[in-house]
Amino acid sequence: MDFSLFLNEAWIARGAIWDGFQMTVAISALAIILGTVLGVVVGLALVYGWAPVRLFVRIYVDFVRGTPVFVLVLASFYILSIIGIQLSAFQAGVLAITVFCSTHVGEMIRGALAAIHRGQIEAAKAIGLTFRQTFQSVLMPQALRQILPTWVNAATEMVKASTLLSVIGVAELLLSTQQIISRNFLSLEFYFMAGFIYFVIDFSIERFGRYVERKVAYS
Amino acid sequence: MADPLLVIENLHKRFDDLEVLKGVDLTVDAGDVVSIIGSSGSGKTTMLRCVNLLEEFHEGRIVIDGEEIGYTQKGGKRHMLPNSVIARHRALTGMAFQTFNLFPHLTALKNVTLGLIKVRKMKKDEAAEIAQRWLDRVGLLDRQDHHPGQLSGGQQQRVAIARAIAMNPKLMLFDEVTSALDPELVNEVLSVIKDLANDGMTMLIVTHEMQFAFDVSSEVIFMNQGKIGEQGPPSELFNNPKTTRLTEFIQNSSF
Repeated sequence: MDFSLFLNEAWIARGAIWDGFQMTVAISALAIILGTVLGVVVGLALVYGWAPVRLFVRIYVDFVRGTPVFVLVLASFYILSIIGIQLSAFQAGVLAITVFCSTHVGEMIRGALAAIHRGQIEAAKAIGLTFRQTFQSVLMPQALRQILPTWVNAATEMVKASTLLSVIGVAELLLSTQQIISRNFLSLEFYFMAGFIYFVIDFSIERFGRYVERKVAYS
Repeated sequence: MADPLLVIENLHKRFDDLEVLKGVDLTVDAGDVVSIIGSSGSGKTTMLRCVNLLEEFHEGRIVIDGEEIGYTQKGGKRHMLPNSVIARHRALTGMAFQTFNLFPHLTALKNVTLGLIKVRKMKKDEAAEIAQRWLDRVGLLDRQDHHPGQLSGGQQQRVAIARAIAMNPKLMLFDEVTSALDPELVNEVLSVIKDLANDGMTMLIVTHEMQFAFDVSSEVIFMNQGKIGEQGPPSELFNNPKTTRLTEFIQNSSF
């Protein structure tokens, strides 16, 4: 392996790498944020929803979780356009990963709320808190702390899932890397570099998660 | 004479087919300290939980300070009141639980201020001042910034009592507050309750601590199979039980 050749090619391709990196971060961040917000709604619906709503959301969660993300990405790009919803590849991809993320977060929230001891709700009732106040001040803060480690794990999975958008032509890090390799044929070096960048992104998320965990720990 | 603070009339409660309360009548005057004793399953905790509306009940009425709580009669039918009214009714009483039920994500101080800020709509400073006064009263002012996980069981229960009483309830309910504690931690909690009783706080105490019930109560109630079996001042009830059930119960209890 000629290291100086690689460095030279990497320098030439720096713009494409940087663009791909930014695209990967943008897709992941959007999908994680939107997916988490939607996931909280999904989780609440699963726990407190009116029975028909609960059934509908349960079907949504099971269906999405039983489908490969790759299929979700292709479906939101190709199938939605057939029924008249025209999304760009970027929008379709973010939608697919958001939906995927929401089902995972939804299940985490459901589990966390179910794990909170009944006495917590009773104590809140006993001091006269309404359900909304109980939810805001007692249940949600505990549930969010509870899901944090699993949520961090899910977030790193979303970054990895973002590579699937390369198939529908979103120039994220993997597709950019493939394009660079098609010009200079340094596949080993550039795939290694891409892998390393993904590692750095996920490692940063994980460290950040640990930091927040420590910050909000209560004993 | 003033109206009684708490009136329970013909209270019935079922869990499916099991009738746990079979018509309880009880009157508590302001300043009374009433202990409720009896074997497991006799309905004492359930009765207490009905007074705090943590349990629904199927018949009868509970009146606190002249206001009927939880239900209303409309056209001969009994309706549950809306949740906002129920929440207000719950705040008339304070409850301390067997398992403390402190909020683990909040410090001792914030456990106490939460209700003051959200329910009593106090400003933060004002709430903190009241909370600190009560934490001081239960001997835990120096632990105000600790989380429940950093406190012993006895300390947690004292914070829980401070949390309930800071809300300035008309009536305090204690549900077997020492049952989950190590023996050496029981007394610190009981002495806090005694201290509050001496202050004139009206209390309903479900307990298995017979000596404590004897010492602190103005009246003791013996619950038996969902009804009040016997009732009277502690000296009378403990020294001259009239029913064989109570005689047996006292003999089998450790003093």
